[in-house]
Amino acid sequence: MKLPSLTNITLNKKLIIGVLSFGIISTAIYFSVGKTSTTEAAIPDVVDFNYHVRPILSDKCFKCHGPDAKARKAGLRLDTEEGAFAALKDDPTHHVVIPGDPMASAMYTRLITEDTSEIMPPPSNKLPLSKSEIEIIRKWISQGAKYKKHWSFIAATRPEVPEVDADLHPKNPIDNFVFSKLESVGLEPNEEANKEALLKRVCLDLTGLPPTLELQDKFLNDNSPNAYEKIVDELLANKHYGEKMAIAWLDLARYADSHGYQDDGYRTMWPWRDWVIHAFNQNYGFDKFITWQLAGDMLPNPTKEQILATGFNRNHKITQEGGIIDEEYRTEYVTDRTNTFGKAFLAITLECCKCHDHKYDPVSQKDYFSVFAFFNQVKEKGLVGDISLASPGDPPIIKVTNEDVQSVLNFINKKDTNDVTVMVMQDSLNIRATRILRRGNYDQPSDTVDMATPASILPFNRNKFEKNRLGLAKWLLDPQHPLTSRVYVNRLWSEFFGRGLVKTVGDFGMQGELPTHPELLDWLAVEFRESGWDIKKMVKMMVTSTTYKQSEKRTEKKFAADPENKYYSYFPRIRVKAELQRDLILTSARLLNEEIGGPSVKPYQPKGVWESTTSGRGELAKYRQDTGYKLYRRGIYTFIKRTAPPPAMLIMDASTRDQCEINRMRTNTPLQALVLMNDPQILEAARVLAQRTSNLNLNAEQKLERLFRLVLCRKPTESEKALLSEYFKKEMQRFTANKDMANKFLKAGEYQQIPTKDITETAALMQINQMLFNIDETTIK
Amino acid sequence: MDNQEKQFRLNVTRRHFLTKAGLGFGSAALGSMLFKDQLFGSSDVQSLPLGVAQFAPKAKRIIYLFQNGAPSQLETFDYKPLLNKMHGEELPASIRMGQRLTGMTANQEKFPLVGSTFGFSQHGKSGAWISSLFPNMASIADDICIVKTMNTEAINHDPALTFFQTGAQQGNRPSMGAWMSYGLGSENANLPAYTVLLSRGRGNGQGVYSKLWTNGFLDSQHQGVVFSSGEDPVLYLKNPEGQDRTSRRDMLDELAKFNASSFENFGDPEINARIKQYEMSYRMQSAVPELTDLSKETDATIKMYGPDCIVPGTYAANCLLARKLSESGVRFVQLYHQGWDTHGNLANDMTMQAEDVDRASAALVKDLKQRGLLDETLVIWGGEFGRTNYCQGKIDPVNYGRDHHPKCFSIWMAGGGIKPGMVYGETDEFGYNVVKDPVSVHDFHATVLHLMGINHEMLTYKHLGRRYRLTDIAGQVVNSIIA
Repeated sequence: MKLPSLTNITLNKKLIIGVLSFGIISTAIYFSVGKTSTTEAAIPDVVDFNYHVRPILSDKCFKCHGPDAKARKAGLRLDTEEGAFAALKDDPTHHVVIPGDPMASAMYTRLITEDTSEIMPPPSNKLPLSKSEIEIIRKWISQGAKYKKHWSFIAATRPEVPEVDADLHPKNPIDNFVFSKLESVGLEPNEEANKEALLKRVCLDLTGLPPTLELQDKFLNDNSPNAYEKIVDELLANKHYGEKMAIAWLDLARYADSHGYQDDGYRTMWPWRDWVIHAFNQNYGFDKFITWQLAGDMLPNPTKEQILATGFNRNHKITQEGGIIDEEYRTEYVTDRTNTFGKAFLAITLECCKCHDHKYDPVSQKDYFSVFAFFNQVKEKGLVGDISLASPGDPPIIKVTNEDVQSVLNFINKKDTNDVTVMVMQDSLNIRATRILRRGNYDQPSDTVDMATPASILPFNRNKFEKNRLGLAKWLLDPQHPLTSRVYVNRLWSEFFGRGLVKTVGDFGMQGELPTHPELLDWLAVEFRESGWDIKKMVKMMVTSTTYKQSEKRTEKKFAADPENKYYSYFPRIRVKAELQRDLILTSARLLNEEIGGPSVKPYQPKGVWESTTSGRGELAKYRQDTGYKLYRRGIYTFIKRTAPPPAMLIMDASTRDQCEINRMRTNTPLQALVLMNDPQILEAARVLAQRTSNLNLNAEQKLERLFRLVLCRKPTESEKALLSEYFKKEMQRFTANKDMANKFLKAGEYQQIPTKDITETAALMQINQMLFNIDETTIK
Repeated sequence: MDNQEKQFRLNVTRRHFLTKAGLGFGSAALGSMLFKDQLFGSSDVQSLPLGVAQFAPKAKRIIYLFQNGAPSQLETFDYKPLLNKMHGEELPASIRMGQRLTGMTANQEKFPLVGSTFGFSQHGKSGAWISSLFPNMASIADDICIVKTMNTEAINHDPALTFFQTGAQQGNRPSMGAWMSYGLGSENANLPAYTVLLSRGRGNGQGVYSKLWTNGFLDSQHQGVVFSSGEDPVLYLKNPEGQDRTSRRDMLDELAKFNASSFENFGDPEINARIKQYEMSYRMQSAVPELTDLSKETDATIKMYGPDCIVPGTYAANCLLARKLSESGVRFVQLYHQGWDTHGNLANDMTMQAEDVDRASAALVKDLKQRGLLDETLVIWGGEFGRTNYCQGKIDPVNYGRDHHPKCFSIWMAGGGIKPGMVYGETDEFGYNVVKDPVSVHDFHATVLHLMGINHEMLTYKHLGRRYRLTDIAGQVVNSIIA
């Protein structure tokens, strides 16, 4: 039996448009099947290798029959066509796969045999295939067993934009792709969110700060058709945009304020962090943004700013433990850079190949060390000084001087007149030979390798790319590169929509998830590259799309049809990141310090967090809390000591910055409730907001409404007003009966006390604020 | 039903199950165990490989008394009279066999052997040799199993500690306790499954780091929760000034009304989950201080653990607290006690460390035994590596130092299905190499998981395309030490 010609398949025409670029009509088939499949037994009419077969092979078979030559059993590999179509090594009269004939294909017969010594995978692996998976294999073989290159390794081309019903108000191509997919699964998008919700969402997404009352009023009263777009433009130009965008990049770049091992000394990489914020604010193209970070020092006559940007590759942890073997740790740092490069730019888990060929992806151990070679040229030591000699960094370094911050580095917020040391990249004059390390061990070098990249992704053309980090950056930005643009637009998407078009934002390899909207992803990737890698333009397209502006209402029908909301028939409810929860609460109390950049600060922290873990050595043995305005800076500036990260942020799922982190978890725990209820930072905000409100010439109802609007960024409903009013009365009674309690409650925080006429009322308002801060909706964007 | 959808359904079922069951913390763990492969794997119901309940667990809970800094095996449980005989003589190259050295002794010209300054005698039915520094531990010789042949790959503190706690020297992998929390959950709805207690001795110390109790890539609810016996035993637990139980209760009730109306508007099940978490936090606020209050301990207890046991933050207090937490159903109680890094001044430092640790460690075992809990509680005592048989720095008859040594060191385990009154493994007469029955860190993890009823090869979590295990790709259960 032959595979039916794809073009003969009758399908909804709209669906076919746009997927041609993938060479996979079956992406459409996949989703058309998704619509009807309610039982697990549903098997697609046409089985596609990338969408149906490879996920099974990768998960269940590649471990022993995949790219890793050393782990390969029976000399059989199923990840390549040649391997799968070959005769069996131990029985040349039989073949693994005979296209069109499952019963003659060992790949199928070994799955269905009842002989336990024959059956695959071996029962001891505990990875049996399900009935439907076996049926997919059978059908695929009977339909011709066509192999395809892994989807993410095929360069993206711009698909045609599907047409959709004008009644759905598509604003830009994002909507065409999303709505056409929604239609194919029988769903409709939600109506537009109300203005208040929309404003809060877009403010939190673009600046990380909630809208002020003035902005709320302005937007509510602006009935012009482009009112929303005007707000978006204002927010994109706002100086806080860079801070918001930087958070995810700092996680990825494992930025922190300490060295990270053992006694964990202080480092001053914060000017690099200031640069990241600056780069986003200035809307540096993504090409420039990553080239400077990877190879700013190698540009012709590099500026100090370009060199500063290379701090990216020195943000990894560095040990100060006296007994370490230098080469062991130097190797560790190069490893960290290599792994970070893989995760951050390629979304491929390169680290798997440090010790052996990749089990799932076509990347070998040799490939790993060929990339490693680019980062192996730094003149550095494994050990930074001694903990007793506080060292903010090990060469190569630059000093940021007063002259710099008055001229070429004027975006750095340096108040102290002392120079600041920042670790940067600089290669030795002589190239250090890079050798494959057996099992990844620093003391077991074997064959020498040259600088190169995995050819399965895009060969490293020596005529086009220099053999150094600059060449590596150019390789990433080559128009034929299949990953760089897709990976970054997918991250931007997940930043705003709560999940990636490829859900596994850190893994575009074979074990990663397949894209839910492959055509949209490709369209965005090509658009982004062709726009000159314009980040703000891409962000604007996303947040002005009709898809983004939908309400959050989730009906039973939608939940049943698409429980994960992967087709975006409503806007997902997403809790903002740890840093932004703090910012939001401080902003509503008008306590937030709006300064950009500068040395990291140490706000309130429970006693003993640093002290109970330290050996007592080093500058960071004791936590010396800051005072004054430094207590009210944005969360992004909170000091991160890696061995004892700020506890309130960690509880709220912030990164430990131990290594490159692509995607924070979102958990829901009782410790989070305790932070929001008892953290002095939050209590202080409740107190200051109460005191300020208490002094306003408003009646109780007006005060309550004002507080509600400040914290939740919308007007309360009538029933909410009633609830507030009732609770307020109850608290008035409580504090009237117990003035002492009111006085104690109002002591929260170091911020100056604002005298009010009525202590009871102020305490009751503080109680209201505390409750408002804890409402689930408050920290949802 | 496609995989993602199925995963989501199971997620919902799981959440439903948890919230209905009114569990908190560990509850999600139980759920993730039940539905593990749906949630994190990619497959169908028929391929549910469960680590748990394959066989009956011998231990239900673990208390790990980690001796941070690495106590010398030669001054604790590995008696080597030859070193006293050869005191000052050079370590034979045939014994060292090219073992790599730390940066602290790598440049030393000579490696003079140094014998223990402390006497050893035999104890219990097994005749275990125990140093005179530890009379109380000697008194429980019939209850413990001493493993003399532990060995590790790391030669410095940070990687060695990280290896012991997470199964890998580098990288942010989940710690032992996080794996237990993930795999088994908590037995108590008001307490986390995994708690951490910190103390510092008077010897040369090495710090600890939060990555030692990290959840790694597991959900953050599996992170170790640091407990102290101070005023605020868990971070942010205490109500602020001017708030009491009643006002807090009222606030939670108001909060629930607003959240419930959000749920009606948006239909997001996370909102209900959040309401439950607030209730759990409220219960913790009363359950935890009650448990950590050491002010009401009886004289008998104080006598057993020593007077320090009512001084918050001491090792003795942490041992007592560990017993109380464990008794209340905390799955994994992890202690760290600093001060064992005896590069120099060993005789003096070891004496002080032993004074702080000996009595309370033994008391914990005795206490569990008298309460009938030792059978189901695994107690582990030991550090991250051993110490060299040669002297670091100048040799001095009264005082000397020992550098880090990875090739053999001693730990002990008790209860929880471990054979009592046993000494396992043999080292050479120099106390440098293992002669018989080596136990690697992976073997140790495999054995501990086995005692908890978990097949170490099957407790996995799929992260970035790979299924990770605590034992990485190695580890064999040491059956000989299992009762």
